[in-house]
Amino acid sequence: MAAHTKNHDYHLVDLSPWPLLGGIAAFILAVGGIVLMHADMPWLFWAGVVAVLYVMFGWWSDVVREAETGHHTPVVQIHHRYGMILFIGSEVMFFVAWFWAYFDAAFYPDEIIQEARTAFTGGMWPPQGVEVFDPWHLPLFNTLVLLLSGTTITWAHNALLENDREGLKWGLALTVLLGVLFTCVQVIEYSQAHFSFSGNIYGATFFMATGFHGFHIFIGTIFLIVCLVRAIAGQFTPKQHLGLEFAAWYWHFVDVVWLFLFAAIYVWGSWGATIAQH
Amino acid sequence: MAQAQAELAHDNHGTPTGWKRWFYSTNHKDIGTLYLYFAIFAGVIGGALSGFMRWELAEPGIQIFPGLAQLVYGVSADASIDAGKHMFNVFTTAHGLIMVFFVVMPAVIGGFGNWFVPLMIGAPDMAFPRMNNISFWLLPSALLLLLISLFMEGPPGAMGSGGGWTVYPPYATAGQPGPAVDFVILSIHIAGASSILGAINFITTIFNMRAPGMTMFKMPLFPWAVLVTAFLLLIALPVLAGAITMLLTDRNFGTAFFDPAGGGDPILYQHLFWFFGHPEVYIMILPGFGMISHIISTFSRKPIFGYLAMVYAMIAIGAVGFIVWAHHMYTSGISLDTQRYFVAATMIIAVPTGVKIFSWIATMWGGSIRFTTPMLWAIGFIFLFTVGGVTGVVLANAGADRALHDTYYVVAHFHYVLSLGAVFTIFAGWYYWFPKMYGVMYNEFLGKLHFWIMFIGVNLIFFPQHFLGLAGMPRRYIDYPDAYTFWNSVSSWGYVVTIVGMFVFLVAMIDAWSRKRKAADNPWGEGATTLEWTLSSPPPYHQFENLPRFK
Repeated sequence: MAAHTKNHDYHLVDLSPWPLLGGIAAFILAVGGIVLMHADMPWLFWAGVVAVLYVMFGWWSDVVREAETGHHTPVVQIHHRYGMILFIGSEVMFFVAWFWAYFDAAFYPDEIIQEARTAFTGGMWPPQGVEVFDPWHLPLFNTLVLLLSGTTITWAHNALLENDREGLKWGLALTVLLGVLFTCVQVIEYSQAHFSFSGNIYGATFFMATGFHGFHIFIGTIFLIVCLVRAIAGQFTPKQHLGLEFAAWYWHFVDVVWLFLFAAIYVWGSWGATIAQH
Repeated sequence: MAQAQAELAHDNHGTPTGWKRWFYSTNHKDIGTLYLYFAIFAGVIGGALSGFMRWELAEPGIQIFPGLAQLVYGVSADASIDAGKHMFNVFTTAHGLIMVFFVVMPAVIGGFGNWFVPLMIGAPDMAFPRMNNISFWLLPSALLLLLISLFMEGPPGAMGSGGGWTVYPPYATAGQPGPAVDFVILSIHIAGASSILGAINFITTIFNMRAPGMTMFKMPLFPWAVLVTAFLLLIALPVLAGAITMLLTDRNFGTAFFDPAGGGDPILYQHLFWFFGHPEVYIMILPGFGMISHIISTFSRKPIFGYLAMVYAMIAIGAVGFIVWAHHMYTSGISLDTQRYFVAATMIIAVPTGVKIFSWIATMWGGSIRFTTPMLWAIGFIFLFTVGGVTGVVLANAGADRALHDTYYVVAHFHYVLSLGAVFTIFAGWYYWFPKMYGVMYNEFLGKLHFWIMFIGVNLIFFPQHFLGLAGMPRRYIDYPDAYTFWNSVSSWGYVVTIVGMFVFLVAMIDAWSRKRKAADNPWGEGATTLEWTLSSPPPYHQFENLPRFK
């Protein structure tokens, strides 16, 4: 075929093995998860995790390489922005499901037609016998940690815009540290819970909502670590640094989700409840 | 691997050859073709499953499934009656899931959306050509998981998940502790991830890659339909993901989301499911709406009547579609006030839908109509969808739904809008764009024969089901009282007619591909005005290397 020249700025990506391998990796992960849950045999699950991570690493390495070689024209960068915003939008809707479950239980613990539920909850929220966390203890501390990390990531971003490389690295490193600190505090908090994960709706909604948030903090921290490594490697320029911006957007997103969790589950959910003493 | 990519990069602008062209594709037309073949493959499986169900229901009594259970699962003759009953429900479940997630959605969004959204907006490809391909390659994995579930233990001592495509607890939690339901859940998870990525891709493409001069309100209706669909996917699917994750943890980790004994609420699952499930039915039909608009306009040789109203009608359907979900739950114990609201909201959807039906008719009015094969499918669609829409208004009434919920009346209703409505749009689009996609013409006589046999067949299957439902026959049972015999046998004969129609379709395709009658770039004449007809048939591997200027 004759050599065509394209007269537009769109990025027609080369053939890639990653989508196919990604589909296979997802299959291994799914089957591995079921084998783990039903046969207590973990190796296939971990093989799936490794396969998915391998595909992600290879895929995003290609994306970075394409960015380095000038494929990310201004219009392609706009595509990426739309893509990231829409992805975060879908994540918001995922959390809507968990908040829906929480408010379904918190608003309606005493519906007359739900006898079994009312018997369990005693007609109140939190359900009778549940001792909740003091919101003004570790949860407040973690709220401040996340809010502070929102400022450090902004510092890093603005430092880059001013081409202040040291500020960029320090801002990112501090954000990563605060992310890790949040996760550690969350683990400590979980270990002190006076209610269990299984068998009661309070534990189910509390641990799944905050747990999925914690998982997103974990992902966001990895995203920030990748940005730190790339910053040290000198890959970001003041004009082009979508990876860093997206990490910051993602971080603000998990931050905002936390504020809703803190307000709805920890603060409002503890009104009139028995506070656990440690 | 990086080396292989570097080698391929050299001839990037030529058409790649060999297996890599299809397995490593980043080309919207190739990926669209993969989606279409995948949908046909899955459609054969889903159609075969319903064939066994119609065979079983052709007469009262339990005929087919005990033998089938002995054959497939190797159960003993003594246990085969119970195994057969469960197997019938497993077939119902798999038929629904396959047709929704692996036939209609891949065909209308993945197939025609991928092929024709970039062509119609004058774009060289999708915004994320590589992500486009993982949207596709997640689907075979998801389908495989679903098929594996058929051979895994569901309820104690029986194979497969038999709770219907809705996977309601407690049957999907305490009722079926085996791994089959977990396979179904993860299959839906992966299919959902595929659709979310696809939705992101379509929205970005449509917002940012329209040809210079093509403002949003100059954009053709099919890209508009896909845009609205993509937003529905993006908003609805993550909620389903949350719901089935709760199902997964209730099943395997002892959480109490849907278990009243731990303060949970089984109705919560129904809310979450239908918050997804109702937009899902519009996801399946909206792209079809877009295709029908082009086909009606082309073969009436007139611009579509009320373009702007058509766009706003689709947006309205999409928006209102999110606030009507509990009309699937009138009998679940929701309060009377809640039911009153959902009745009113549901009825409102009939207004924008009516706008579309009337606009299609008004487009044909006074037009120079040609009854080509795609036009027949499009008019057939309008008729069938209107029938399904009218029964939908009946079912929207909570009072009437008391009697009709979970009867064959509901089955008839949603098959009129989906298996007749959505599937007819797929065939309409297939014949309309067949010359463009393959560069060859199909045989008009065979295409029309296919249409008429299918039209008679599907009406024979589903129209009698209204009578069965009104007479009180419930869904999802392997057997029925003798009083329901006549219309059930008519329905089953309708399946036979439909299969003959599908055979004619196969003959038409073999004819087209073996005769290879060269198709013109625009075989439909001056009525076909959208950008895909300005390209060669089939279009070049990379089109619009110079972006078209749109007036």
